[in-house]
Amino acid sequence: MSSSSPAASPSVDAAPTIAGAELEQGSSLWQDAWRRLRKNKLAVVSLGLFAFICVFCILGPFFSPYDSRAQDLFVGAEPPSWAHPFGTDTLGRDVMVRTMEGGRISLLVGVLATGVSLIIGIVYGATAGYLGGKTDAAMMRFVDALYALPFTIFVILLMVAFGRSLWLIFVAIGCVEWLTTARIVRSGVINMKKQEFVEAAVALGLGHSRIISRHLIPNVLGPVIVIATLTVPAVMLLEAFLSFLGLGVQPPNASWGVLIKEGQQDMEIFPWLLIFPALFFSVTLFCLNFIGDGLRDALDPKAAKD
Amino acid sequence: MALLEVNNLKTSFYTRDGIVRAVDDVSFSIDRGETLGIVGESGSGKSVTCYSLLRLIPEPPGRIDGGTALYDGQDLLKMNEKALRAIRGKRISMIFQDPMTALNPYLRVSTQLVEAVRLHSDLDAKAAKKKAIAALEEVGIPEASRRVDSYPHEFSGGMRQRVMIAMALITEPDLLIADEPTTALDVTVQAQILDIIKQRQRQMGVAVILITHDLGVIAGVCDRVNVMYAGRVLESGPVDRVFYDPRHPYTRSLQKTIPSLQEKGEELYTIPGAPPDLSKPQLSCAFYPRCPYPKNGVPGDAPPNFVELDDGHAYAACTHCDSRAPIESVMAEQRGARADNREGA
Repeated sequence: MSSSSPAASPSVDAAPTIAGAELEQGSSLWQDAWRRLRKNKLAVVSLGLFAFICVFCILGPFFSPYDSRAQDLFVGAEPPSWAHPFGTDTLGRDVMVRTMEGGRISLLVGVLATGVSLIIGIVYGATAGYLGGKTDAAMMRFVDALYALPFTIFVILLMVAFGRSLWLIFVAIGCVEWLTTARIVRSGVINMKKQEFVEAAVALGLGHSRIISRHLIPNVLGPVIVIATLTVPAVMLLEAFLSFLGLGVQPPNASWGVLIKEGQQDMEIFPWLLIFPALFFSVTLFCLNFIGDGLRDALDPKAAKD
Repeated sequence: MALLEVNNLKTSFYTRDGIVRAVDDVSFSIDRGETLGIVGESGSGKSVTCYSLLRLIPEPPGRIDGGTALYDGQDLLKMNEKALRAIRGKRISMIFQDPMTALNPYLRVSTQLVEAVRLHSDLDAKAAKKKAIAALEEVGIPEASRRVDSYPHEFSGGMRQRVMIAMALITEPDLLIADEPTTALDVTVQAQILDIIKQRQRQMGVAVILITHDLGVIAGVCDRVNVMYAGRVLESGPVDRVFYDPRHPYTRSLQKTIPSLQEKGEELYTIPGAPPDLSKPQLSCAFYPRCPYPKNGVPGDAPPNFVELDDGHAYAACTHCDSRAPIESVMAEQRGARADNREGA
């Protein structure tokens, strides 16, 4: 979407004076949304900052002279210096590299667990909404029942029962975060399926699965994207929380949650151990929330005055 | 043999307030290349009749309670879902009332047209797109090769309805069901759309069922007409016969409501009262409570008695009205009553 929009946006502006033969392809709702999003300064800045953090965390370790696991007990905990911009921890490990690698895992958890939750939520919600009737009622009561479970305890139980692997964190968090997505997709699908174009699709001879996947899900993707950008920080927070409790990512691997947990133990003596991971974590969460807000406004067709 | 033969179709909606008999014992047939008009007030069962044929009625609450719809010897109402899907869109297509909502706003027009083609043929994507462009050209969309990649919201209402027609006809169906195709459109565009339907019908030899509440449209476009009221067909036959020799008082009342047939400066005629509640048992003549020529007592609740005249002209005969009485006297009476009301108020 982003690659095609710069080329398309001039033609969008020229659309009222349609004489220009430039209008190769019409502006889709997505392109309109992208145009509106770019007017939202906070969202654009957040998007840039978030992209920077991603690149920094993903590519950073390749350029660092330090290994995140290499201990240097003679150095110990040193405050930030030119050699170690973020300082070192009590085992002499470079905090910058550890923050980068922690970021990798935190972002990975955020994206993958959100992905898991979206897939389950979209399929479940769309099926329930499309089938309707008793099936829908039964499926949604199941969701209500899961909602009523204290979900952190649910995750903790899973971790205790099946051991502590990184993959299990994805699945466990994904399994509790899909409920909201399912509800939103379901309500969207219920609204959509009354529309004539769905009837037209049936009259055209399309099967149920095709109608759901081609005609219904794309139409509810707007709110789903917003939910996704707001789920990513929630999931990262949950992972940090689990790691903080010692149930999440296990040493020597690190996530931002693990680093914050380690940092807070000595925060009065070695504050840099807490400050840097916490800073990165908070900025990322802020960015994602602002992007989510911006997307919600941009994708809201009622806001489309221009 | 008729292309489609509908016998004793009954469709009801099982609602909380009771069973609404939306279509009550409707029979008709249509030949290849023929145009059949279905006319009636809102809620008379025109659309439900046609939706039932393709089983597009939401179930529940709707249910087809009986009847047969023989298409090429197969009963559409008893066919399994898979066989029906092969007929929907391929052999029988539909055009919907509101072109603003009948196209998926998130998909390019080309995507939607290509989907229709590829679903029912084994053309590859490129050939299908070529066909889509040709289909758009045939319904008079300028610069079709460029416009085909636009999104529905970039077309005007009339253009969108053209797209719908192109989409319905792209699979070369035998029967096109047009559910009030011009109702949501500008008056100036309505004639164009009807012209296109008519023109494509001549070129392709497709049969058309045209649902409308505009008698003028029926007179201009259709070969035969069914007049529906309260879920029943009250009169049917060749357009000329039904319009020049209407037998049922409802047909005559409908005719009187055509504005252009009335004298200028006169207040427009309306049929007094409202259509009956379909969840209650109907009188033998459902129109009786609003009948302008009632006489000798109230009809019972027996099924209506169909009288067949020559030329396929038939009507639901009612012994409780004087259907040959001049309607003008009734109109004068109505005007008088209205004038009294105004003075009273």
